[in-house]
Amino acid sequence: MSGVAIARRHRAGSVYPHWFYLPAAVVYGTLFLAPTVASFYFSLTRWTLFDHEFIGLENFAVLFREPALVKGMTNTAVYAVVTSGLKVVLGLPLAVLLTSDVVGRAYLRSVVFFPVLVSTIGVGITFTVLMRPGDGLINDGLAAIGIKGPAWLTDPSYALLSVALVDVWKGVGLATLIYIAGIVSIPREYFEAATVDGAGRFAAFWHVLLPLCRPATVTVVILSLIGGLRSFDLIWTMTRGGPGFTSDVIASVIYKQYQAGFYGLSTAGNVVLFLVVTVVVLPLSLLLGRKQVEL
Amino acid sequence: MRPRGRHVLGGTAILVSAVVFLVPFAFVVLTAFKDRAQAAELDFSWPHQFRFARNLVEVVTARDYTLVIAFANSAILTVASVAVMVVLAAMTAFVLQRRPSRWTRLVDFLVLSGLIIPPAVVPTIRVLQGLGLFRTMTGLILVEVAFGLSFCVLLFRNFLATVPRELDDSAVIDGAGPLRVFFLVVFPLMRSVAVTAVLVQSVVVYNDFTNPLYFLPGDRNVTVQLTLYNFQSQYGTQYNLLFTNILLITVPPLLAFLVANRRIVAGMTAGAVKG
Repeated sequence: MSGVAIARRHRAGSVYPHWFYLPAAVVYGTLFLAPTVASFYFSLTRWTLFDHEFIGLENFAVLFREPALVKGMTNTAVYAVVTSGLKVVLGLPLAVLLTSDVVGRAYLRSVVFFPVLVSTIGVGITFTVLMRPGDGLINDGLAAIGIKGPAWLTDPSYALLSVALVDVWKGVGLATLIYIAGIVSIPREYFEAATVDGAGRFAAFWHVLLPLCRPATVTVVILSLIGGLRSFDLIWTMTRGGPGFTSDVIASVIYKQYQAGFYGLSTAGNVVLFLVVTVVVLPLSLLLGRKQVEL
Repeated sequence: MRPRGRHVLGGTAILVSAVVFLVPFAFVVLTAFKDRAQAAELDFSWPHQFRFARNLVEVVTARDYTLVIAFANSAILTVASVAVMVVLAAMTAFVLQRRPSRWTRLVDFLVLSGLIIPPAVVPTIRVLQGLGLFRTMTGLILVEVAFGLSFCVLLFRNFLATVPRELDDSAVIDGAGPLRVFFLVVFPLMRSVAVTAVLVQSVVVYNDFTNPLYFLPGDRNVTVQLTLYNFQSQYGTQYNLLFTNILLITVPPLLAFLVANRRIVAGMTAGAVKG
Protein backbone atom coordinates (compact mmCIF):
# COMPACT_ATOMS: atom_id res chain seq x y z
CA MET A 1 0.00 0.00 0.00
CA SER A 2 1.43 3.36 -0.95
CA GLY A 3 1.99 6.07 1.58
CA VAL A 4 -0.76 8.22 0.08
CA ALA A 5 -3.30 5.42 0.31
CA ILE A 6 -2.41 4.77 3.92
CA ALA A 7 -2.68 8.44 4.73
CA ARG A 8 -6.05 8.68 3.00
CA ARG A 9 -7.32 5.62 4.77
CA HIS A 10 -6.17 6.93 8.07
CA ARG A 11 -7.79 10.24 7.37
CA ALA A 12 -11.06 8.63 6.26
CA GLY A 13 -11.09 6.66 9.47
CA SER A 14 -10.71 9.73 11.59
CA VAL A 15 -13.24 11.95 9.82
CA TYR A 16 -15.88 9.25 9.54
CA PRO A 17 -15.31 7.36 12.79
CA HIS A 18 -17.19 4.16 13.41
CA TRP A 19 -18.11 5.30 16.89
CA PHE A 20 -20.64 7.63 15.27
CA TYR A 21 -22.75 4.48 14.94
CA LEU A 22 -22.54 3.86 18.65
CA PRO A 23 -25.29 6.07 20.17
CA ALA A 24 -27.85 4.90 17.63
CA ALA A 25 -26.64 1.32 17.93
CA VAL A 26 -27.04 1.31 21.71
CA VAL A 27 -30.65 2.54 21.64
CA TYR A 28 -31.61 0.41 18.65
CA GLY A 29 -29.79 -2.63 19.99
CA THR A 30 -31.28 -2.55 23.49
CA LEU A 31 -34.84 -1.54 22.70
CA PHE A 32 -35.43 -3.09 19.29
CA LEU A 33 -32.88 -5.72 18.36
CA ALA A 34 -32.45 -7.46 21.71
CA PRO A 35 -36.21 -7.77 22.35
CA THR A 36 -36.73 -9.09 18.82
CA VAL A 37 -34.07 -11.77 19.30
CA ALA A 38 -35.34 -12.57 22.81
CA SER A 39 -38.88 -12.94 21.50
CA PHE A 40 -37.87 -16.15 19.72
CA TYR A 41 -36.87 -17.73 23.01
CA PHE A 42 -39.72 -16.39 25.14
CA SER A 43 -42.29 -17.50 22.57
CA LEU A 44 -41.33 -21.03 23.59
CA THR A 45 -42.07 -20.47 27.26
CA ARG A 46 -44.88 -20.01 29.73
CA TRP A 47 -43.88 -16.59 30.94
CA THR A 48 -44.93 -14.37 33.86
CA LEU A 49 -42.11 -11.80 33.64
CA PHE A 50 -40.74 -13.05 36.98
CA ASP A 51 -40.42 -16.57 35.84
CA HIS A 52 -40.49 -18.58 32.67
CA GLU A 53 -40.83 -22.24 31.94
CA PHE A 54 -39.78 -23.82 28.65
CA ILE A 55 -42.72 -25.50 26.96
CA GLY A 56 -41.49 -25.97 23.39
CA LEU A 57 -43.90 -25.16 20.61
CA GLU A 58 -46.99 -25.31 22.82
CA ASN A 59 -47.81 -21.59 22.37
CA PHE A 60 -47.71 -21.92 18.61
CA ALA A 61 -49.88 -25.01 18.80
CA VAL A 62 -52.43 -22.99 20.75
CA LEU A 63 -52.25 -20.13 18.25
CA PHE A 64 -52.95 -22.45 15.36
CA ARG A 65 -55.56 -24.55 17.16
CA GLU A 66 -57.89 -22.10 18.94
CA PRO A 67 -60.47 -20.99 16.35
CA ALA A 68 -60.49 -17.47 17.82
CA LEU A 69 -56.75 -17.14 17.29
CA VAL A 70 -56.69 -18.81 13.88
CA LYS A 71 -59.32 -16.30 12.81
CA GLY A 72 -56.85 -13.57 13.78
CA MET A 73 -54.30 -14.98 11.33
CA THR A 74 -56.65 -15.19 8.36
CA ASN A 75 -58.13 -11.77 9.17
CA THR A 76 -54.65 -10.23 9.14
CA ALA A 77 -54.08 -11.55 5.62
CA VAL A 78 -57.49 -10.38 4.42
CA TYR A 79 -57.05 -6.95 5.97
CA ALA A 80 -53.57 -6.42 4.49
CA VAL A 81 -54.58 -7.58 1.01
CA VAL A 82 -57.82 -5.58 0.92
CA THR A 83 -56.26 -2.34 2.18
CA SER A 84 -53.18 -2.45 -0.03
CA GLY A 85 -55.20 -3.55 -3.05
CA LEU A 86 -57.70 -0.73 -2.64
CA LYS A 87 -54.96 1.82 -2.07
CA VAL A 88 -53.43 0.89 -5.43
CA VAL A 89 -56.76 0.71 -7.25
CA LEU A 90 -57.95 4.06 -5.89
CA GLY A 91 -54.61 5.83 -5.51
CA LEU A 92 -53.45 5.44 -9.12
CA PRO A 93 -56.54 6.91 -10.84
CA LEU A 94 -56.67 9.67 -8.24
CA ALA A 95 -53.03 10.49 -8.97
CA VAL A 96 -53.69 10.50 -12.73
CA LEU A 97 -56.58 12.88 -12.13
CA LEU A 98 -54.54 15.12 -9.85
CA THR A 99 -51.60 15.37 -12.26
CA SER A 100 -53.90 16.43 -15.11
CA ASP A 101 -54.96 20.07 -15.42
CA VAL A 102 -58.24 19.40 -13.63
CA VAL A 103 -60.03 22.27 -11.90
CA GLY A 104 -59.46 22.51 -8.13
CA ARG A 105 -56.30 20.41 -8.18
CA ALA A 106 -54.58 21.98 -5.17
CA TYR A 107 -57.71 21.71 -3.07
CA LEU A 108 -58.22 18.08 -4.07
CA ARG A 109 -54.64 17.13 -3.25
CA SER A 110 -54.93 18.71 0.19
CA VAL A 111 -58.25 17.20 1.07
CA VAL A 112 -57.17 13.70 0.03
CA PHE A 113 -53.90 13.93 1.94
CA PHE A 114 -55.04 15.55 5.19
CA PRO A 115 -56.54 12.38 6.78
CA VAL A 116 -53.05 10.81 6.64
CA LEU A 117 -51.92 13.28 9.29
CA VAL A 118 -54.77 13.10 11.78
CA SER A 119 -55.13 10.81 14.76
CA THR A 120 -56.09 7.23 13.92
CA ILE A 121 -58.03 7.01 17.16
CA GLY A 122 -59.99 10.15 16.32
CA VAL A 123 -60.81 8.80 12.87
CA GLY A 124 -61.79 5.46 14.36
CA ILE A 125 -64.19 7.00 16.89
CA THR A 126 -65.72 9.28 14.27
CA PHE A 127 -66.37 6.48 11.81
CA THR A 128 -67.69 4.19 14.52
CA VAL A 129 -70.39 6.81 15.03
CA LEU A 130 -70.92 7.41 11.30
CA MET A 131 -71.23 3.67 10.66
CA ARG A 132 -73.89 2.98 13.26
CA PRO A 133 -76.32 0.51 11.72
CA GLY A 134 -79.66 2.11 12.57
CA ASP A 135 -79.32 5.87 12.22
CA GLY A 136 -75.65 6.35 11.32
CA LEU A 137 -74.91 9.07 8.79
CA ILE A 138 -73.53 6.64 6.21
CA ASN A 139 -76.60 4.43 6.17
CA ASP A 140 -78.86 7.49 6.20
CA GLY A 141 -77.01 8.76 3.15
CA LEU A 142 -77.22 5.40 1.41
CA ALA A 143 -80.93 5.16 2.22
CA ALA A 144 -81.44 8.56 0.60
CA ILE A 145 -80.25 7.13 -2.71
CA GLY A 146 -82.20 3.91 -2.22
CA ILE A 147 -79.49 1.60 -0.94
CA LYS A 148 -79.93 -0.34 2.27
CA GLY A 149 -76.54 -0.23 3.99
CA PRO A 150 -75.21 -3.19 5.95
CA ALA A 151 -74.80 -3.15 9.73
CA TRP A 152 -71.09 -2.40 9.15
CA LEU A 153 -69.27 -2.88 12.45
CA THR A 154 -71.87 -4.99 14.23
CA ASP A 155 -72.33 -7.54 11.45
CA PRO A 156 -69.68 -10.26 11.87
CA SER A 157 -69.28 -10.71 8.12
CA TYR A 158 -68.72 -6.98 7.48
CA ALA A 159 -66.88 -5.77 10.60
CA LEU A 160 -63.34 -6.40 9.36
CA LEU A 161 -64.05 -5.03 5.90
CA SER A 162 -65.67 -1.93 7.37
CA VAL A 163 -62.52 -1.18 9.35
CA ALA A 164 -60.44 -1.87 6.24
CA LEU A 165 -62.51 0.71 4.33
CA VAL A 166 -61.83 3.33 6.99
CA ASP A 167 -58.14 2.42 6.83
CA VAL A 168 -58.26 3.08 3.07
CA TRP A 169 -60.10 6.36 3.65
CA LYS A 170 -57.31 7.48 5.95
CA GLY A 171 -54.40 6.08 3.93
CA VAL A 172 -55.31 6.53 0.28
CA GLY A 173 -53.90 10.08 0.35
CA LEU A 174 -50.40 8.79 0.94
CA ALA A 175 -50.73 6.25 -1.87
CA THR A 176 -51.99 9.00 -4.16
CA LEU A 177 -49.08 11.29 -3.35
CA ILE A 178 -46.56 8.51 -3.90
CA TYR A 179 -48.15 7.89 -7.30
CA ILE A 180 -48.13 11.61 -8.07
CA ALA A 181 -44.40 11.74 -7.30
CA GLY A 182 -43.91 8.74 -9.58
CA ILE A 183 -45.97 10.16 -12.45
CA VAL A 184 -44.36 13.59 -12.26
CA SER A 185 -40.91 12.00 -12.58
CA ILE A 186 -41.79 10.40 -15.93
CA PRO A 187 -40.20 12.52 -18.71
CA ARG A 188 -42.86 14.20 -20.85
CA GLU A 189 -41.11 13.03 -24.03
CA TYR A 190 -42.43 9.51 -23.47
CA PHE A 191 -46.01 10.72 -23.62
CA GLU A 192 -45.27 12.94 -26.61
CA ALA A 193 -43.62 10.04 -28.43
CA ALA A 194 -46.63 7.87 -27.66
CA THR A 195 -48.98 10.53 -29.03
CA VAL A 196 -46.87 10.85 -32.20
CA ASP A 197 -47.11 7.09 -32.63
CA GLY A 198 -50.88 7.45 -32.53
CA ALA A 199 -51.55 6.24 -29.01
CA GLY A 200 -54.84 7.35 -27.48
CA ARG A 201 -55.17 8.40 -23.89
CA PHE A 202 -55.91 4.88 -22.71
CA ALA A 203 -52.98 3.39 -24.62
CA ALA A 204 -50.69 6.05 -23.16
CA PHE A 205 -51.89 5.15 -19.70
CA TRP A 206 -51.56 1.42 -20.21
CA HIS A 207 -48.27 1.29 -22.12
CA VAL A 208 -46.39 4.32 -20.81
CA LEU A 209 -47.67 5.53 -17.47
CA LEU A 210 -48.44 2.21 -15.82
CA PRO A 211 -45.10 0.51 -16.51
CA LEU A 212 -43.11 3.65 -15.71
CA CYS A 213 -44.70 4.23 -12.36
CA ARG A 214 -44.01 0.69 -11.26
CA PRO A 215 -41.55 1.93 -8.63
CA ALA A 216 -44.41 3.92 -7.11
CA THR A 217 -46.67 0.87 -7.18
CA VAL A 218 -43.97 -1.15 -5.44
CA THR A 219 -43.64 1.49 -2.74
CA VAL A 220 -47.39 1.73 -2.22
CA VAL A 221 -47.88 -2.04 -2.07
CA ILE A 222 -44.97 -2.63 0.30
CA LEU A 223 -45.82 0.25 2.63
CA SER A 224 -49.50 -0.73 2.77
CA LEU A 225 -48.70 -4.39 3.35
CA ILE A 226 -46.33 -3.57 6.20
CA GLY A 227 -48.91 -1.23 7.68
CA GLY A 228 -51.84 -3.56 7.06
CA LEU A 229 -50.21 -6.65 8.52
CA ARG A 230 -49.21 -4.76 11.68
CA SER A 231 -52.44 -2.79 11.96
CA PHE A 232 -53.79 -2.41 15.48
CA ASP A 233 -54.99 1.10 16.46
CA LEU A 234 -57.90 1.37 14.08
CA ILE A 235 -59.24 -2.13 14.63
CA TRP A 236 -58.89 -1.77 18.38
CA THR A 237 -60.70 1.57 18.41
CA MET A 238 -63.55 0.51 16.16
CA THR A 239 -64.38 -3.08 17.10
CA ARG A 240 -61.95 -4.35 19.77
CA GLY A 241 -61.73 -7.38 17.50
CA GLY A 242 -65.48 -7.98 17.73
CA PRO A 243 -68.24 -8.87 17.35
CA GLY A 244 -66.93 -11.92 19.17
CA PHE A 245 -63.49 -12.36 17.64
CA THR A 246 -64.59 -11.91 14.03
CA SER A 247 -62.39 -8.89 13.36
CA ASP A 248 -59.39 -9.86 15.47
CA VAL A 249 -56.00 -9.62 13.80
CA ILE A 250 -52.61 -10.85 15.01
CA ALA A 251 -51.77 -7.48 16.57
CA SER A 252 -55.02 -7.42 18.59
CA VAL A 253 -54.47 -11.03 19.66
CA ILE A 254 -51.02 -9.99 20.91
CA TYR A 255 -52.60 -7.20 22.95
CA LYS A 256 -55.40 -9.34 24.35
CA GLN A 257 -53.03 -12.11 25.43
CA TYR A 258 -50.74 -9.50 26.97
CA GLN A 259 -53.63 -8.01 28.94
CA ALA A 260 -54.65 -11.47 30.08
CA GLY A 261 -51.12 -12.06 31.38
CA PHE A 262 -50.22 -14.79 28.87
CA TYR A 263 -46.89 -13.23 28.00
CA GLY A 264 -45.46 -16.31 26.33
CA LEU A 265 -48.50 -16.64 24.10
CA SER A 266 -48.48 -12.92 23.34
CA THR A 267 -44.82 -13.13 22.35
CA ALA A 268 -45.53 -16.17 20.19
CA GLY A 269 -48.07 -13.97 18.40
CA ASN A 270 -45.29 -11.44 17.90
CA VAL A 271 -43.03 -14.07 16.41
CA VAL A 272 -45.78 -15.19 14.04
CA LEU A 273 -46.31 -11.58 12.99
CA PHE A 274 -42.57 -11.18 12.49
CA LEU A 275 -42.47 -14.27 10.27
CA VAL A 276 -45.56 -13.27 8.29
CA VAL A 277 -44.28 -9.76 7.64
CA THR A 278 -40.81 -10.97 6.69
CA VAL A 279 -42.06 -13.78 4.49
CA VAL A 280 -44.47 -11.48 2.65
CA VAL A 281 -42.48 -8.27 2.41
CA LEU A 282 -38.89 -9.41 1.84
CA PRO A 283 -39.42 -11.52 -1.30
CA LEU A 284 -41.86 -8.92 -2.57
CA SER A 285 -39.37 -6.09 -2.26
CA LEU A 286 -36.68 -8.22 -3.93
CA LEU A 287 -39.04 -9.39 -6.64
CA LEU A 288 -40.75 -6.14 -7.49
CA GLY A 289 -37.69 -3.96 -7.67
CA ARG A 290 -34.42 -4.13 -5.86
CA LYS A 291 -33.83 -0.42 -5.62
CA GLN A 292 -37.17 0.14 -3.99
CA VAL A 293 -35.95 -1.49 -0.85
CA GLU A 294 -34.72 1.97 -0.01
CA LEU A 295 -38.32 3.14 0.32
CA MET B 1 -57.73 17.98 -21.60
CA ARG B 2 -60.60 19.87 -23.21
CA PRO B 3 -61.71 22.93 -21.24
CA ARG B 4 -65.17 21.49 -20.67
CA GLY B 5 -63.74 18.16 -19.64
CA ARG B 6 -61.57 19.65 -16.95
CA HIS B 7 -64.49 21.53 -15.49
CA VAL B 8 -66.92 18.62 -15.51
CA LEU B 9 -64.31 16.23 -14.11
CA GLY B 10 -63.05 18.76 -11.60
CA GLY B 11 -66.56 19.62 -10.48
CA THR B 12 -67.45 15.98 -9.99
CA ALA B 13 -64.24 15.32 -8.10
CA ILE B 14 -64.78 18.30 -5.83
CA LEU B 15 -68.31 17.17 -5.08
CA VAL B 16 -67.32 13.57 -4.35
CA SER B 17 -64.33 14.64 -2.25
CA ALA B 18 -66.57 16.96 -0.23
CA VAL B 19 -68.96 14.11 0.59
CA VAL B 20 -66.25 11.55 1.27
CA PHE B 21 -63.60 13.63 3.00
CA LEU B 22 -65.14 16.85 4.29
CA VAL B 23 -68.40 15.52 5.75
CA PRO B 24 -66.64 13.41 8.44
CA PHE B 25 -64.60 16.44 9.54
CA ALA B 26 -67.67 18.66 9.46
CA PHE B 27 -69.46 16.10 11.59
CA VAL B 28 -66.71 16.30 14.22
CA VAL B 29 -66.82 20.10 14.26
CA LEU B 30 -70.62 20.33 14.39
CA THR B 31 -70.89 17.78 17.18
CA ALA B 32 -68.22 19.62 19.17
CA PHE B 33 -70.40 22.74 19.00
CA LYS B 34 -73.61 21.11 20.22
CA ASP B 35 -75.06 20.74 23.67
CA ARG B 36 -75.13 17.35 25.25
CA ALA B 37 -78.69 16.39 24.32
CA GLN B 38 -78.42 17.32 20.68
CA ALA B 39 -74.96 15.75 20.31
CA ALA B 40 -76.36 12.48 21.64
CA GLU B 41 -78.61 12.23 18.59
CA LEU B 42 -75.46 11.88 16.46
CA ASP B 43 -77.08 13.57 13.50
CA PHE B 44 -75.43 15.59 10.80
CA SER B 45 -77.28 18.78 11.69
CA TRP B 46 -76.74 22.42 12.53
CA PRO B 47 -76.32 23.04 16.29
CA HIS B 48 -79.42 24.52 18.01
CA GLN B 49 -77.10 26.57 20.14
CA PHE B 50 -73.37 27.01 19.97
CA ARG B 51 -71.82 25.55 23.08
CA PHE B 52 -68.23 25.27 21.96
CA ALA B 53 -66.75 27.51 24.67
CA ARG B 54 -68.56 25.62 27.40
CA ASN B 55 -67.62 22.23 25.91
CA LEU B 56 -64.04 23.37 25.67
CA VAL B 57 -63.89 24.33 29.34
CA GLU B 58 -65.53 21.08 30.38
CA VAL B 59 -63.12 18.95 28.35
CA VAL B 60 -60.06 20.81 29.54
CA THR B 61 -61.02 20.71 33.21
CA ALA B 62 -62.32 17.13 33.17
CA ARG B 63 -60.64 14.77 35.61
CA ASP B 64 -58.31 17.37 37.13
CA TYR B 65 -57.09 18.80 33.85
CA THR B 66 -56.04 15.45 32.42
CA LEU B 67 -56.08 16.87 28.91
CA VAL B 68 -53.63 19.63 29.83
CA ILE B 69 -51.28 17.08 31.36
CA ALA B 70 -51.73 14.93 28.27
CA PHE B 71 -50.80 17.78 25.96
CA ALA B 72 -47.71 18.49 28.07
CA ASN B 73 -46.76 14.80 28.00
CA SER B 74 -47.27 14.57 24.25
CA ALA B 75 -45.21 17.70 23.71
CA ILE B 76 -42.33 16.37 25.80
CA LEU B 77 -42.50 12.97 24.13
CA THR B 78 -42.61 14.38 20.62
CA VAL B 79 -39.93 17.03 21.00
CA ALA B 80 -37.47 14.87 22.93
CA SER B 81 -37.79 11.70 20.89
CA VAL B 82 -37.68 13.47 17.53
CA ALA B 83 -34.66 15.58 18.53
CA VAL B 84 -32.66 12.57 19.72
CA MET B 85 -33.79 10.44 16.80
CA VAL B 86 -32.76 13.00 14.19
CA VAL B 87 -29.28 13.62 15.63
CA LEU B 88 -28.48 9.92 16.11
CA ALA B 89 -29.82 9.03 12.66
CA ALA B 90 -27.87 11.83 11.00
CA MET B 91 -24.62 10.65 12.62
CA THR B 92 -25.31 7.09 11.51
CA ALA B 93 -26.20 8.11 7.97
CA PHE B 94 -23.09 10.30 7.75
CA VAL B 95 -20.66 7.47 8.38
CA LEU B 96 -22.81 4.96 6.51
CA GLN B 97 -22.87 7.05 3.35
CA ARG B 98 -19.28 8.38 3.51
CA ARG B 99 -17.30 5.36 4.62
CA PRO B 100 -17.89 2.00 2.99
CA SER B 101 -16.53 -0.68 5.28
CA ARG B 102 -17.31 -4.14 6.55
CA TRP B 103 -19.96 -2.61 8.79
CA THR B 104 -21.88 -1.03 5.93
CA ARG B 105 -23.81 -4.14 4.88
CA LEU B 106 -24.74 -4.96 8.45
CA VAL B 107 -25.95 -1.43 9.17
CA ASP B 108 -27.94 -1.40 5.91
CA PHE B 109 -29.54 -4.68 6.90
CA LEU B 110 -30.43 -3.40 10.37
CA VAL B 111 -31.91 -0.20 8.95
CA LEU B 112 -34.15 -2.26 6.66
CA SER B 113 -35.12 -4.56 9.50
CA GLY B 114 -36.18 -1.56 11.54
CA LEU B 115 -38.58 -0.52 8.81
CA ILE B 116 -40.15 -3.92 8.35
CA ILE B 117 -40.11 -5.89 11.59
CA PRO B 118 -42.94 -5.35 14.06
CA PRO B 119 -41.50 -4.68 17.54
CA ALA B 120 -41.75 -7.52 20.06
CA VAL B 121 -43.95 -6.07 22.77
CA VAL B 122 -43.48 -8.04 25.98
CA PRO B 123 -39.72 -8.57 25.58
CA THR B 124 -39.36 -4.80 25.13
CA ILE B 125 -41.31 -4.27 28.35
CA ARG B 126 -39.02 -6.76 30.06
CA VAL B 127 -35.92 -4.90 28.87
CA LEU B 128 -37.40 -1.58 30.02
CA GLN B 129 -38.16 -3.09 33.42
CA GLY B 130 -34.60 -4.37 33.68
CA LEU B 131 -33.34 -0.84 33.02
CA GLY B 132 -35.85 0.69 35.43
CA LEU B 133 -37.43 2.59 32.54
CA PHE B 134 -40.82 0.90 32.25
CA ARG B 135 -43.71 3.32 32.89
CA THR B 136 -41.32 6.27 32.54
CA MET B 137 -41.32 9.02 29.97
CA THR B 138 -37.60 8.46 29.37
CA GLY B 139 -38.31 4.84 28.52
CA LEU B 140 -41.03 5.72 26.05
CA ILE B 141 -38.86 8.43 24.45
CA LEU B 142 -36.06 5.92 23.89
CA VAL B 143 -38.53 3.40 22.46
CA GLU B 144 -39.80 5.96 19.96
CA VAL B 145 -36.20 6.80 19.06
CA ALA B 146 -35.38 3.13 18.46
CA PHE B 147 -38.44 2.60 16.27
CA GLY B 148 -38.03 5.81 14.27
CA LEU B 149 -34.28 5.66 13.56
CA SER B 150 -34.48 3.57 10.39
CA PHE B 151 -36.75 5.95 8.52
CA CYS B 152 -34.55 8.92 9.38
CA VAL B 153 -31.29 7.14 8.49
CA LEU B 154 -32.65 6.36 5.01
CA LEU B 155 -33.83 9.91 4.49
CA PHE B 156 -30.47 11.38 5.56
CA ARG B 157 -28.38 8.86 3.66
CA ASN B 158 -30.16 9.55 0.38
CA PHE B 159 -29.72 13.27 0.90
CA LEU B 160 -26.03 12.98 1.87
CA ALA B 161 -25.29 11.37 -1.47
CA THR B 162 -25.95 14.81 -2.97
CA VAL B 163 -23.64 16.69 -0.56
CA PRO B 164 -20.14 16.85 -2.09
CA ARG B 165 -17.39 15.19 -0.10
CA GLU B 166 -14.99 17.99 -0.95
CA LEU B 167 -16.68 20.06 1.74
CA ASP B 168 -15.68 17.51 4.38
CA ASP B 169 -12.16 17.42 2.98
CA SER B 170 -11.69 21.14 3.05
CA ALA B 171 -12.86 21.25 6.65
CA VAL B 172 -10.37 18.52 7.52
CA ILE B 173 -7.58 20.47 5.86
CA ASP B 174 -8.59 23.37 8.06
CA GLY B 175 -7.89 21.06 10.96
CA ALA B 176 -11.42 20.09 12.03
CA GLY B 177 -12.00 16.79 13.81
CA PRO B 178 -14.94 14.48 13.06
CA LEU B 179 -17.33 16.12 15.52
CA ARG B 180 -16.68 19.57 14.13
CA VAL B 181 -16.86 18.37 10.53
CA PHE B 182 -20.18 16.76 11.24
CA PHE B 183 -21.89 19.28 13.48
CA LEU B 184 -20.48 22.49 12.00
CA VAL B 185 -20.16 21.60 8.31
CA VAL B 186 -22.33 18.66 7.27
CA PHE B 187 -25.30 18.84 9.61
CA PRO B 188 -26.08 22.48 8.75
CA LEU B 189 -26.07 21.49 5.07
CA MET B 190 -28.67 18.82 5.85
CA ARG B 191 -31.00 21.35 7.40
CA SER B 192 -33.73 21.03 4.81
CA VAL B 193 -33.93 17.24 5.02
CA ALA B 194 -33.63 17.43 8.81
CA VAL B 195 -36.71 19.67 8.88
CA THR B 196 -38.54 17.12 6.74
CA ALA B 197 -37.53 14.29 9.07
CA VAL B 198 -38.57 16.32 12.11
CA LEU B 199 -41.99 17.09 10.64
CA VAL B 200 -42.79 13.55 9.51
CA GLN B 201 -41.60 11.94 12.72
CA SER B 202 -43.38 14.54 14.86
CA VAL B 203 -46.66 13.62 13.22
CA VAL B 204 -45.90 9.93 13.68
CA VAL B 205 -44.90 10.19 17.35
CA TYR B 206 -47.68 12.62 18.23
CA ASN B 207 -50.28 10.33 16.68
CA ASP B 208 -48.77 7.18 18.17
CA PHE B 209 -51.25 5.22 20.22
CA THR B 210 -49.81 1.73 20.51
CA ASN B 211 -46.45 2.47 22.13
CA PRO B 212 -47.78 4.73 24.92
CA LEU B 213 -50.50 2.12 25.51
CA TYR B 214 -47.93 -0.60 26.08
CA PHE B 215 -44.93 1.20 27.52
CA LEU B 216 -46.37 4.13 29.48
CA PRO B 217 -49.55 2.92 31.13
CA GLY B 218 -51.13 4.84 34.01
CA ASP B 219 -53.50 7.78 34.32
CA ARG B 220 -50.97 10.49 35.10
CA ASN B 221 -48.79 9.47 32.17
CA VAL B 222 -51.49 9.75 29.58
CA THR B 223 -50.69 11.18 26.12
CA VAL B 224 -53.29 12.94 24.00
CA GLN B 225 -54.15 9.89 21.90
CA LEU B 226 -54.93 7.97 25.08
CA THR B 227 -57.23 10.69 26.39
CA LEU B 228 -59.61 9.80 23.57
CA TYR B 229 -59.36 6.18 24.50
CA ASN B 230 -59.96 6.84 28.18
CA PHE B 231 -62.67 9.46 27.72
CA GLN B 232 -64.58 7.32 25.27
CA SER B 233 -66.00 5.21 28.03
CA GLN B 234 -65.84 7.89 30.71
CA TYR B 235 -67.93 10.36 28.77
CA GLY B 236 -70.52 7.72 28.05
CA THR B 237 -73.12 9.58 26.06
CA GLN B 238 -71.36 12.96 26.24
CA TYR B 239 -70.56 12.96 22.58
CA ASN B 240 -70.18 16.74 22.48
CA LEU B 241 -67.20 16.45 24.81
CA LEU B 242 -65.72 13.43 23.05
CA PHE B 243 -65.78 15.26 19.72
CA THR B 244 -64.46 18.47 21.27
CA ASN B 245 -61.54 16.37 22.43
CA ILE B 246 -61.04 14.93 18.92
CA LEU B 247 -61.16 18.45 17.50
CA LEU B 248 -58.53 19.72 19.95
CA ILE B 249 -56.23 16.83 19.19
CA THR B 250 -56.49 17.52 15.48
CA VAL B 251 -55.22 21.08 15.87
CA PRO B 252 -51.44 20.34 15.97
CA PRO B 253 -51.45 18.16 12.81
CA LEU B 254 -53.64 20.76 11.13
CA LEU B 255 -51.10 23.48 11.93
CA ALA B 256 -48.25 21.30 10.67
CA PHE B 257 -50.26 20.69 7.51
CA LEU B 258 -50.99 24.36 6.92
CA VAL B 259 -47.43 25.48 7.55
CA ALA B 260 -45.41 22.70 5.97
CA ASN B 261 -47.60 20.51 3.80
CA ARG B 262 -45.01 20.34 1.01
CA ARG B 263 -42.17 19.19 3.22
CA ILE B 264 -44.27 16.54 4.91
CA VAL B 265 -45.35 15.22 1.53
CA ALA B 266 -41.74 15.26 0.34
CA GLY B 267 -40.64 13.23 3.34
CA MET B 268 -43.43 10.71 3.17
CA THR B 269 -43.09 10.10 -0.56
CA ALA B 270 -39.29 10.11 -0.65
CA GLY B 271 -38.01 7.24 -2.71
CA ALA B 272 -41.11 6.71 -4.80
CA VAL B 273 -39.42 8.35 -7.76
CA LYS B 274 -36.16 6.46 -7.76
CA GLY B 275 -36.24 3.34 -9.85
